[in-house]
Amino acid sequence: MGLMDKHAVIEKNATLLLVGSLLVVTIGGIVEIAPLFYLDNTIEKVEGMRPYSPLELAGRNIYVREGCYLCHSQMIRPFRDEVERYGHYSLAAESMYDHPFQWGSKRTGPDLARVGDRYSNEWHVQHLVDPRSVVPESIMPSYAFLKEMPIEVKDFSTHLIANSRVGVPYSDDMIASANADLMAQADPNIDTSGLEARYPKAKLGDFDGNPQQVSEMDALVAYLQMLGTLVDFKNYDEAAGYR
Amino acid sequence: MKFGTEIVLLSLFAFAALVAAGFGVDEPFRQHMWVLFFAVAGFTAILLRNTEFKPAVPIDPAAFMDGPIRYGAVATVFWGVVGMLVGVVIALQLAYPDLSVEPWFNFGRLRPLHTSGVVFAFGGNALLCTSLYVVQRTCRARLFGGNLAWFVFWGYQLFIVMAATGYLLGITESREYAEPEWYVDLWLTMVWVAYLVLFLGTILKRREPHIYVANWFYLSFIVTIAMLHVINNLSMPVSFVGSKSYSAFSGVQDALTQWWYGHNAVGFFLTAGFLGMMYYFVPKQANRPVYSYRLSIIHFWALIFLYIWAGPHHLHYTALPDWAQTLGMAFSIMLWMPSWGGMINGLMTLSGAWDKLRTDPIIRMMVMAIAFYGMSTFEGPMMSIKAVNSLSHYTDWTIGHVHSGALGWVGMISFGAIYFMVPKLWNRERLYSLRLVNWHFWLATLGIVVYAAVMWVSGVMQGLMWREYDEQGFLVFSFAETVAAMHLYYIMRAIGGAMYLSGALIMAWNVTMTILGYQREEKPMPRPIAAVRPARSGARKWA
Repeated sequence: MGLMDKHAVIEKNATLLLVGSLLVVTIGGIVEIAPLFYLDNTIEKVEGMRPYSPLELAGRNIYVREGCYLCHSQMIRPFRDEVERYGHYSLAAESMYDHPFQWGSKRTGPDLARVGDRYSNEWHVQHLVDPRSVVPESIMPSYAFLKEMPIEVKDFSTHLIANSRVGVPYSDDMIASANADLMAQADPNIDTSGLEARYPKAKLGDFDGNPQQVSEMDALVAYLQMLGTLVDFKNYDEAAGYR
Repeated sequence: MKFGTEIVLLSLFAFAALVAAGFGVDEPFRQHMWVLFFAVAGFTAILLRNTEFKPAVPIDPAAFMDGPIRYGAVATVFWGVVGMLVGVVIALQLAYPDLSVEPWFNFGRLRPLHTSGVVFAFGGNALLCTSLYVVQRTCRARLFGGNLAWFVFWGYQLFIVMAATGYLLGITESREYAEPEWYVDLWLTMVWVAYLVLFLGTILKRREPHIYVANWFYLSFIVTIAMLHVINNLSMPVSFVGSKSYSAFSGVQDALTQWWYGHNAVGFFLTAGFLGMMYYFVPKQANRPVYSYRLSIIHFWALIFLYIWAGPHHLHYTALPDWAQTLGMAFSIMLWMPSWGGMINGLMTLSGAWDKLRTDPIIRMMVMAIAFYGMSTFEGPMMSIKAVNSLSHYTDWTIGHVHSGALGWVGMISFGAIYFMVPKLWNRERLYSLRLVNWHFWLATLGIVVYAAVMWVSGVMQGLMWREYDEQGFLVFSFAETVAAMHLYYIMRAIGGAMYLSGALIMAWNVTMTILGYQREEKPMPRPIAAVRPARSGARKWA
């Protein structure tokens, strides 16, 4: 067979083999990934989406640090049972500020894409401290240590700057007031009008039951309580969103 | 002076780690830099104790360089046992959640330790040492670049230690199989480029006209992993003396980039590289030529072309556009063919030597590996069909599938290669014990069967329970009830894993004793019967 004989050329030339295989493996990725950066339904904006507030971002970093995504997805598929169990199916726009995405691939525990506002702060704290005290069947580990850990603030604006460098629209105002906003969101006795203007629908107040310090528990619960609450589906145009 | 430059460079490296530990902006980073400091400083001390001022003995340029391969074989066995042990621990944590010890030993931090431990530490070292073994022998050339191979070996071990300790300290990007943070990624990039130079350089100085097929697979694995690793790990560090970074991509784009990487960590790290292993060690152990040269050409190019497209099947019914999902599904199904091309080429290499299955437990191990490769590369395309995936996704079925591939294919073919190489690398007449290899084979095989069967059953059950409706149209089960239903299966899965681990421990014992030079006195494995067997007297006669 003629073609097969020609293969001997590649077998005798390492550079050709290297370049040839590299070319062959690049094609699929380019065809599939590149369009996602300009297609309408993957970059569309949906009303209500905003960057994470500093406290929510700190909470999200704890979610990332503890590997929560290994057991909890944040991606509701458009099936009857999932929509009834967890709420409206997830939109691409809802994770547009997620660096990295946390869709997950396994549901050892339930989906968390819309867990916000479903339980009280007290429930979340109790559940994180001792999961089986509120859900006897749960196999989640305890995260009691979060309550004791004060959040490491230093200069939190550096986190907002890093995010803005990869495309999250944090304004100068947001970056300048990052530290103040982070503390204010968990402080029930402070004026939060600036914070609320910058981050509409942000959940306010003491989350972990200890107003004396802003703990990692405050941050994580603030993040969990806002998950899936930004988009108001009463105003969402299903037909226009479907492509 | 022996190790002169190395000692100076390593001391500077250790000092840099110390400075970073002092100036780090977050606590995990400071702790991590202390780990780095002690690792590098310890290594420097070892080199200092072994330095000599005599002129170095000239090296025979024709002799193979097997030092790093011997270390690699030991590292493969060591990390294999560690990674599998962590696997059994986290399996038990799912059955008995009180075994999680916060914060360092919670499931969420140990699980990446298990996956990276078996994939990158065990599998990576197996690939590293076998590829360097194979490339020298099939090219009839000494490794390129002097001590480059030592840098690649030790650099890779440092990557493993930094990745593993990072997970326990909470340093992770939380993107599956790409968890290490930016500075560990940068280090791996350096080591990997050195590996590519080492491997390609050795091929370039070969004394054989043809590049043997095993090396095509190793080379494409090395270069593709380089591409995937660099692009998928693009991220923006918060500080150059801090552990945290934010991925360059977000949401949908991040998801597909990650699974383009993730699926091809399977396709190239766990498949192409190990096919290279198969193409050398199976013909060697069976003492037969590769079944079909043409088939190897076709399935090589088809495999590496098609694999890259399959990533979106991890994102069925998500917010990823439908066309990308369908494309991923179509290519995943097509992928079945080149995968089975490799399986056929491996299995048929035994034609004329099938009797060895009875007498040689090492061949048996390799054949079982290829059989599991065939099974999981059929199951994979099936699960990538959207209708099937709607049930299987998010369940333990996926975990069962991964393990039939990882334990069955990757594990067994590596064990076979280790058993083949170790006596030759240490100039031993034979392994310490073939009987123990047989024990390993059966423990591992039964372990996989228990593991995979349990996960299939429980995964399908889980998926069906989630979507179970009663006649009035209400969901029947709360999520908590579906968790409770998994308990018994999680225990059985841990038992299957423990069986597999005990097989690996037997291998560790066997390999250690072989290296130390012992031979176990034992009844030999049954010999092939030389004489033609006479027809049985009662044999049926055809009229």
